[in-house]
Amino acid sequence: MTISTPKRPPRQPFSFSLQNDRFRALLWQILVIGTAVALIAWLWSNALHNLSVRRISTGFAFLGREAGMPISDSLLSYNPKDTYLWAFIVGVVNTLRVAVIGIVLATIVGTLVGISRLSPNWLLSRLAAIYVELLRDIPLLLQLLFWYVLMQGLPPARGAFKPIDGVFLSNRGLIVPSIALDSGQLWVIGTAIIGFVLFHLLRRRLLAQQVQDGHPRRIWPYGALLIVAIPALVSYALGVSWAITLPELRGFNFVGGWGFAPEYFALVIALVTYTSAFIAEIVRSGIQAVHRGQWDAALALGLRKSFVLRKIVLPQALRVIIPPLTSQYLNLTKNSSLAVAIGYQDIVSVANTTLNQTGQAIEAIALIMAVFLTISLGISLFMNWYNARIALVER
Amino acid sequence: MTAVTDLDQMPRPKGRKRTGLDANPVLRWLRANLFSSIASSIITVLLFALIAKMAISFVQWGILDAIWSVPGNNTAACRAARGIGACWAVIPEKYRFILFGTYPFDQQWRPGLAVLLFIALFIISSRRFFWRKELILIWAVTLSLIGLLMWGGAFGLEFVSQERWGGLPVTLILATFGLAFGFPLGILVALGRRSKLPAIRSLCVLYVELIRGVPLISLLFMASVMFPLFMPDGFNIDKLLRAQIAIVLFAGAYLAEVVRGGLQAVPRGQHEAADALGLSYWRKQWLIILPQAIRHVIPPLVNTFIAFFKDTSLVLIIGIFDLLTTAKTAIIDPAWQAFSVEVYIFVALIYFGFCFAMSRYSRHLEAQGTPR
Repeated sequence: MTISTPKRPPRQPFSFSLQNDRFRALLWQILVIGTAVALIAWLWSNALHNLSVRRISTGFAFLGREAGMPISDSLLSYNPKDTYLWAFIVGVVNTLRVAVIGIVLATIVGTLVGISRLSPNWLLSRLAAIYVELLRDIPLLLQLLFWYVLMQGLPPARGAFKPIDGVFLSNRGLIVPSIALDSGQLWVIGTAIIGFVLFHLLRRRLLAQQVQDGHPRRIWPYGALLIVAIPALVSYALGVSWAITLPELRGFNFVGGWGFAPEYFALVIALVTYTSAFIAEIVRSGIQAVHRGQWDAALALGLRKSFVLRKIVLPQALRVIIPPLTSQYLNLTKNSSLAVAIGYQDIVSVANTTLNQTGQAIEAIALIMAVFLTISLGISLFMNWYNARIALVER
Repeated sequence: MTAVTDLDQMPRPKGRKRTGLDANPVLRWLRANLFSSIASSIITVLLFALIAKMAISFVQWGILDAIWSVPGNNTAACRAARGIGACWAVIPEKYRFILFGTYPFDQQWRPGLAVLLFIALFIISSRRFFWRKELILIWAVTLSLIGLLMWGGAFGLEFVSQERWGGLPVTLILATFGLAFGFPLGILVALGRRSKLPAIRSLCVLYVELIRGVPLISLLFMASVMFPLFMPDGFNIDKLLRAQIAIVLFAGAYLAEVVRGGLQAVPRGQHEAADALGLSYWRKQWLIILPQAIRHVIPPLVNTFIAFFKDTSLVLIIGIFDLLTTAKTAIIDPAWQAFSVEVYIFVALIYFGFCFAMSRYSRHLEAQGTPR
């Protein structure tokens, strides 16, 4: 006997009648799209009219003009005589500088707090719960202003806190010891990074072979060679010096060392503490989503608790954790735009100044949106790739 | 046949008699929860030291060495204690301004009453008994009443322009009206995103992804700077209303995703049954699909509302007098300039109160499972 599959009902022939489904569908779409297009056209014509009345030219030609705005804190070299385009690029780099460091630190802190919430130690788990509740339920902007006020309330450079030698915390921000980064040092770091990638590839191959034939293989000597020995050799051959420069106080300011401006410092602290509270909850629920039997089975095998957490539970929890984690990363990046409230010059702040100076509102806001959409898309793509990589492979 | 022995009825092995430390339930609890292992004991001791140190210095600063009142605007005593003790005197001096902004002083019972109405509205909406279509009516009436109270101009109430509104009522208005108008918008967009019509679907996807991809600040900038550009000559609306529109559009995109989750949870059979009854598309959604979908998403809805409530503080950047902006403005006064930490703590407590209550409520709902 053959099983007959149910046939789809035949498509209704198209006709120009309101009783006809396909005609109605077409009509609805034409109506909605027509309204949207008409609305946009109306807004656009208003905008063109208003701009011509206010003698504001449209287009991105202003990007080539001299910006004339000061940007105090930047990784790239910048002075007010540079163009608007360069100011925008400096702003984007400042945004990325906050977002990348923020994401890394928030992930670390969030994971630790999330695991602490599940700790059998009552004091630790209560403390973690208070951390989460307190930080989640207060607006980020308020927290940011709070940290910034605290930073400003720190003693001036002369009376700076010195938690350890060479580290200064004052109302000028945080100053830490620095290492000169010239071409020689960059070569060595580059070699180490290449060595790390090679080691990772090699390790994967060796582990695959080990799974195939069952002979254990020694992996660490390759790591020592690729990551430590070869870069050390390069360093020796090039005669690179790794002297650490300790910052010191001269007059009213610090000389030497790497400095983090108070605005940057406050922004990173606020973003990290706020986002890590959300990440902690995600990590906690991810770990709780792993079946208890996995813990019991692993402990029954005589594995240590920390090993079970790292090698058995976390890899399974990651699958639950990654999708909501991605949206927290996106939130952190978008929230970094609050920088404008304390005068850290990220992309939004630069665009806002540009807007006030040139009146090019549409272009400035379009640039903000383009930058954030690009960053969001980048993070989403990367996290989707990572998610696919750690997804459960079932036969 | 051998009887299956119930384990519970087996004679229990005689446990080790509890002696010494184990005899005391308090000590037993301490041992199980604080000193279960060496590592745990070390953590306990370290944390205890840390907490004790922080608590002592906070009590010193916030209570023992704090100054609770000063005569008039003479803050000399506060400034002398700066860095040693808190100056809580700033709160009684400024709380009216922080809570109600520049609203006429003798009329401030009106925004106060509006805040109470908002709280009553939230409490009513949280009762399961009211989860029915009549709730829409309750919201409409309450929100109109709040509008009447704030604006006045009728029933013998003096008219107060919204330029003079400020503080907590503005925060509540931005968040609640954002929800009230963003929610229907979100429902429409969510339905559009699941529609079979490709043009409508792509329009909705574009809207949601565009709004969710950019920070709220850029939308607020758009509302404050670009909106006048896009309007015809001579037509302009108030700054608060423009920000409200931006928040509604923002809320609509996020709520659409929440509602879409609920729509996906409604089983196919419900659609098919409704179709079989011959219901039209809109009657099907209104009578069959949405009531089920929305019940599914009430906990995430509350969470989204908490997020809006916090996010309304961003209007500070475009200069609208919400609770955070009034707090920041209150300490521009030179006499009180140095005591922003105290004011921020006061405002943080208000925000925390609202958000904590709502997040507790949402967790309570989640624990109960999907309501029928």
